[in-house]
Amino acid sequence: MDLNPTPEEQRFRDEFRGWLQANIPEGWDPSGFHDEDSRQRFEFLRAWQKKMYEAGWVGIHWPKEYGGRGASLIEQTIFIEEMARAAAPPIINVLGVSLLGPTLIAYGTEAQKKRFLAKIISADEIWCQGYSEPNAGSDLAALRSEAVLDGDNFIVNGQKTWTSYGHFADWCFAVVRTDPDVPKHKGLTYLLIDMHSPGVTIRPLKQMTGDSEFNEVSFQNVKVPVENVVGKVNGGWEIAIATLMFERGTLGASLQITFKRQIERLIELSRKIVRNGRPASEDPIIRQRLAQICTEIEIFRLNQLRTTTRMAKSGVPGPEGSIQKIFWSEMNQRMQQVAMEMLGPWGQLTKESDYAIDHGQWAHAYLRSRGNTIEAGTSEIQRNIIGHFVLGLPKSY
Amino acid sequence: MEFELNETQRLFQRSARELFAQECPPTLVREMIEKNQPYSDAVWTKLVEQGWTGLIFGEEDGGLGLGMVEMAVAFEEMGRALVPGAFLSTVALAGPVIEKACSPEYRSARTQAICEGRSKATVALLEESASWKPDDVKLAANTSEGGVRLNGKKYFVNDASVSDLIITVARAGSNLVLAFVDPRSPGISIKAMPGMDATRSLSAVEFNDVIVKEDDVVSDGAKARDALDHALNVATLALSAEMVGGMEWLMEASVEYAKTRKQFGKPIGQFQAVQHHCANMLLMTESARSAVYYAAWMMGNNPEEAPLAVSMAKAYASDGYREVGNLAVQVHGGIGFTWDESVHFYYKRAKASELMFGDATYHRERIASLVIDPAGEPAKAVSEAAD
Repeated sequence: MDLNPTPEEQRFRDEFRGWLQANIPEGWDPSGFHDEDSRQRFEFLRAWQKKMYEAGWVGIHWPKEYGGRGASLIEQTIFIEEMARAAAPPIINVLGVSLLGPTLIAYGTEAQKKRFLAKIISADEIWCQGYSEPNAGSDLAALRSEAVLDGDNFIVNGQKTWTSYGHFADWCFAVVRTDPDVPKHKGLTYLLIDMHSPGVTIRPLKQMTGDSEFNEVSFQNVKVPVENVVGKVNGGWEIAIATLMFERGTLGASLQITFKRQIERLIELSRKIVRNGRPASEDPIIRQRLAQICTEIEIFRLNQLRTTTRMAKSGVPGPEGSIQKIFWSEMNQRMQQVAMEMLGPWGQLTKESDYAIDHGQWAHAYLRSRGNTIEAGTSEIQRNIIGHFVLGLPKSY
Repeated sequence: MEFELNETQRLFQRSARELFAQECPPTLVREMIEKNQPYSDAVWTKLVEQGWTGLIFGEEDGGLGLGMVEMAVAFEEMGRALVPGAFLSTVALAGPVIEKACSPEYRSARTQAICEGRSKATVALLEESASWKPDDVKLAANTSEGGVRLNGKKYFVNDASVSDLIITVARAGSNLVLAFVDPRSPGISIKAMPGMDATRSLSAVEFNDVIVKEDDVVSDGAKARDALDHALNVATLALSAEMVGGMEWLMEASVEYAKTRKQFGKPIGQFQAVQHHCANMLLMTESARSAVYYAAWMMGNNPEEAPLAVSMAKAYASDGYREVGNLAVQVHGGIGFTWDESVHFYYKRAKASELMFGDATYHRERIASLVIDPAGEPAKAVSEAAD
């Protein structure tokens, strides 16, 4: 056990930290309270990714031959931590870089790698994910979007939902049904769909926060050439799962810093907010609540370090990621409730109010956190995964 | 950066597990509990033979000189095997007081006696207030010729009945002093305080004009206080590690039971309600383990900032062990409520451990005082991950 960074790890951190300090564009507001779905913001972020790409800072965990740096998992963690610490603008093509890229590198054909990988890290082609459907959420394998072979093309019909970045995306990696007559997991195919094809329609989905981070995408007789199948026809399930494992593996490193920033802000606020005639920071109940959240954030960070160490050795993200998903999503909900409790009636005010504390970010964060235990695999599904894949209990469904 | 046990530590863990499987099997633990004997000479002798009583003492004093992470691993295994007896109080509580507070010769003599199995020791801190804060100590140490005279009562003293040294925290005016008391001294009476966890002994110790000679008193208040604070951190860490071992045992027993017990024609582990209990047990166990290993690493590498990590570990493990215990009984159903199944031994240990060295509320307040109170400085709620 050695929690100190190696000299190489320290050098890597220093180098990237230096680059970020010199290159984060003027005028970038790290509070993130712009119109999140505006075209202007999108173009800003695309330019930012290009800049990072030109300096070799996108897809660092990809092999060198595909434009990455072959960074270790620890370096990847350092990278994410530094991005969060500097409150750097995010990488707009995150789904391509984090999910599809590694999937193609593992399962794609040489032609697919050549065609797609470079444009993922350069942000020339933005990707979205076509998994969930109105009737296939937790039970993903029940999805019904179908692809029927017609000569050299699949003809795709169906609807996808909860599609992040759908309105800006050039491409979509999707799971579709190619054989309705076999057990549900066995008739699925992993397809790369050009979002500019005729028959693709995109409609933003408005959330309880008022934002539209996600979209509904519908496919009507969309033509997809057969060379855009990843893996085998009807062999899409294992590839879809591999992609999901990438999703659960690396998110924690960045969240941890976001949470840390929030609890530190809450502690600052606790010294100013008056509760029962004295600063909230002196209220024994608030002190207990804040200390509990500090503890949970710290443990989340430590669990992440242990998972990273293990993954660095085994090379693959495992189902332990489910523990982290449950941990952070439920912890964030508790933290936002502590914020609400401490801020009292002020906490409910939104960014529209002149009286809101921190421009209404706490009301927004409280509402947004409600989605945390649902998105990227509900807490219930995560507990099923732990029960079956980690503890070896019999499958419940 | 590597946050997991290294090969040597893993080997040590394995040998510890084998040692306890051999020398302190569940049948022996049950027998001791049923006979109300929280201490066994046979187990102690084995521990001495293996060098365990010298676990963290310097090699110059006959110890193994192992680090805090190894200590945590050792206690984790003891907690898993529910080892009864005086180990925690002797090695992780009294030991660090001796190491920090005493002159080199005195220390060497005392620790050698512990390493060689000739001595068992404990610390008497709590009084009627049941406060773990040394500031609340009132037991009087009045100057008497050639030493001090102790008068007062201590409660919840671990293993006092089998120890030959009771390090008594007392007050001389505004100063804390540590009196190294032989329990056979005139004026001492020891009375058992049977609690729900029969694997540990608690005693009330009464001091009536007990004379302790100068050589056996640490009268430098600052030194006494530092040594006590340090020892409480080490002991709290050790206890938290023990709790992780207990949590893991409960989780594994519950998962095993859920795989074999059938209702409605299927293993109950196939039902999601049961699976989710088990998943929660795993989440809490692994999270407590992360907190404990980190606190251990900090104690060894950054003692200045370790108290925060120690309090986080104890706060989390206190709630976690109790909750894992609840879930374990629930998953076992009626069987879990019976005397014949061992779950209740751990369930009781969880409660007793929660209360020892400060419960979650106590440690959260300590966390708050470390992260909220330094006002004017930017809040630093959790350690600098990225430095």
